Amino acid sequence: MMSAFSAAKILSPPPFVAQFAAERSLCPFLSSPSALALTRSPLRSTRLPRTPLAVSSDVVLGQKPLASSSSTSHNEDVGREAALVLYEDMVLGRVFEDMCAQMYYRGKMFGFVHLYNGQEAVSTGFIKLLEARDSVVSTYRDHVHALSKGVAARAVMAELFGKATGCCRGQGGSMHMFSSTHNLLGGFAFIGEGIPVATGAAFSSKYRHEVLKESNPNGLDVTVAFFGDGTCNNGQFFECLNMAQLWKLPIVFVVENNLWAIGMSHIRATSDPEIWKKGPAFGMPGYHVDGMDVLKVREVAMEAIARARRGDGPTLVECETYRFRGHSLADPDELRKPDEKAHYGARDPIAALKKYILEKNLATETELKAIEEKIETIVEEAVEFADSSPHPPRSQLLENVFADPRGFGIGPDGKYRCEDPKFTEGTAQV
Amino acid sequence: MAASLQSAALLSNRIDPHRRLFAPPARSLPGRKGSILVVRSDGRISGRLSGRNLITNAVAAKADTPTSSTDSKPGHELLLFEALREGLEEEMDRDPRVCVMGEDVGHYGGSYKVTKGLAPKYGDLRVLDTPIAENSFTGMGIGAAMTGLRPVIEGMNMGFLLLAYNQISNNCGMLHYTSGGQFKIPVVIRGPGGVGRQLGAEHSQRLESYFQSIPGLQMVACSTPYNAKGLMKAAIRSDNPVVLFEHVLLYNLKERIPDEEYVLCLEEAEMVRPGEHVTILTYSRMRYHVMQAAKTLVNKGYDPEVIDIRSLKPFDLYTIGNSVKKTHRVLIVEECMRTGGIGSSLRAAIIDNFWDYLDAPIMCLSSQDVPTPYAGTLEEWTVVQPAQIVAAVEQLCQ
Repeated sequence: MMSAFSAAKILSPPPFVAQFAAERSLCPFLSSPSALALTRSPLRSTRLPRTPLAVSSDVVLGQKPLASSSSTSHNEDVGREAALVLYEDMVLGRVFEDMCAQMYYRGKMFGFVHLYNGQEAVSTGFIKLLEARDSVVSTYRDHVHALSKGVAARAVMAELFGKATGCCRGQGGSMHMFSSTHNLLGGFAFIGEGIPVATGAAFSSKYRHEVLKESNPNGLDVTVAFFGDGTCNNGQFFECLNMAQLWKLPIVFVVENNLWAIGMSHIRATSDPEIWKKGPAFGMPGYHVDGMDVLKVREVAMEAIARARRGDGPTLVECETYRFRGHSLADPDELRKPDEKAHYGARDPIAALKKYILEKNLATETELKAIEEKIETIVEEAVEFADSSPHPPRSQLLENVFADPRGFGIGPDGKYRCEDPKFTEGTAQV
Repeated sequence: MAASLQSAALLSNRIDPHRRLFAPPARSLPGRKGSILVVRSDGRISGRLSGRNLITNAVAAKADTPTSSTDSKPGHELLLFEALREGLEEEMDRDPRVCVMGEDVGHYGGSYKVTKGLAPKYGDLRVLDTPIAENSFTGMGIGAAMTGLRPVIEGMNMGFLLLAYNQISNNCGMLHYTSGGQFKIPVVIRGPGGVGRQLGAEHSQRLESYFQSIPGLQMVACSTPYNAKGLMKAAIRSDNPVVLFEHVLLYNLKERIPDEEYVLCLEEAEMVRPGEHVTILTYSRMRYHVMQAAKTLVNKGYDPEVIDIRSLKPFDLYTIGNSVKKTHRVLIVEECMRTGGIGSSLRAAIIDNFWDYLDAPIMCLSSQDVPTPYAGTLEEWTVVQPAQIVAAVEQLCQ
């Protein structure tokens, strides 16, 4: 078995980890399953086992073993079709983000642009399991979530260029990707802000099922909320874990723990860096998974999404992942050590999946190359589209401030008017 | 002197309830929701008359029955919090997507009993008791609104919504815009605010000004049971995020309201008392202080026109403008703080639009820029009192 997928735990922690681990007698970078970690954790003994009423105890205590995390091979091998879908999606994410960087340095997009290179396994692993009716809520690092959810690359690129044909008419930008057709609920600039919105979408799903009696035979609409390690120290995170578990909302909280919040190392900011443990504290299962391995992520995701769909409530999934680039394109990225980058660079999820596909003979090198070329064409075409799209006209400035703009300015003739004659509502065009 | 006596005589005719000079906004005209009767300065009324009498001058004392009510009046009498509940209940009956969330709204019935009885009727999910996490449950309401529901989010006290300011400003106000119009946020954020009876600084906050600048937010303030019910219904039906400001001291006001369903217009102001000499613009609790001062002013021979602006954002510049054009003098009486308050914005709007019609500088009476003190005497001096209003009008009309 190739090393990329056989590692159930890191063979030896990188030096920086060992240093911190020695200080805190805690190894924060487990790729091992939560079940094993639980028994080793020094904190476990200080906590009284408290079984919340609504959830069965083995789930709460995280003892339910997940084959993907604990074994050296996967339970079921992924079929060819699924593997190619995953591969294409990850390559799309990577190529798109690389193109974003190019375009940024060429002066085609501005502001804060946060790229997702290296974390593709998390987005692909989760979102490719969702149905169209399911919702995704993200943060400012949202381009790839948008692409995985189905938003056209040209719409995202046009939005980044600030053109009127962008998915948000150029009004949102990099950090505010929205799509009502694809149920992408944002795109939020402040961390933690999206988690309550995701909780609301999950509440809506439960409400539709229980109050409006609009039920889908396949189960509830699921919401997946993505956020980072820094967010896990924010109040909104904890408040929403509480509410989601309290009402058994169909939501999956996915932590993309890339160890760094701009320049703040996760260990320097967090008293207990093992984020997955915060799930059981609220009564929901907490899983830790190797976020550089799309197949492992996918297996955990399947379980978490199925759980939500059944109505059993939320799950907290911590994905250990890494961003190959800086926090944003403006980040000089001086604090991260080269050996840490090298360590994770060697575990590039796309390279790993490619190896897996070739080993399992799911596709040939040529076919994969064809996919890569197809993606390159799509992204290049997206750039062309964005380039040739018009800038938003001045009349668009005051549009969409209100869904119902009627009341804003009543004129001397008694008719409602607003400052700009064309104060109307509009929707995005793709 | 003669002129003022004459106008006093006219006044006494004017406030004869049987003349029906200002009827309430009629029951909903078919095909037009929320239409309002506009009372012109010469007494003409546009729109259909409802054929019922109205309170001509509401006074500051609570639970006063209207002086003009007669035994055979149609409609039913209730208190302001009951009117809010009635409006909420009607909307919840009408549209199953309307839900309520807040602290103690369910089993407890609401800290001011606005949601009493709703949880047993609609269930715990539609009238949701939330944990004490304003920022998150407001955000949750916003997420629910984006995905098709119409939540009414209650802040137990408006001051608690400061904790939700992140969600209100960033998400509630902005998401319709930053999503390019793809998502609408039809939430109603409501709660009691204002200076109460020695509730202390943090429970006596006037937050209208804090929310005023948020782009994308609409604000209304109710002041009578009639407009409370109408505005609650209108706010729920509106696709905009609406902040409905209620006042702690007004919950026990009693009034007779129509039996028929009615919805008021969110953006329009209410003509409380037409007049000729000076336009007094006010909202919420200060309306009652103004009306009390109006009694004194009438006795002194003045004829103030009192407008309850109701819509704090946007301002109903049409009604206000017509009034300014008639009286040429403006006094704004508000409970908001002086600095950056609603009065400041209103003053600016009037100066921008109606400068040529003004005969005197606009006067603005606001609360003092202090955290509301606990001591009763100090608290009384924090807000505007009727005596100050009388003095201001006298100064304005010199």
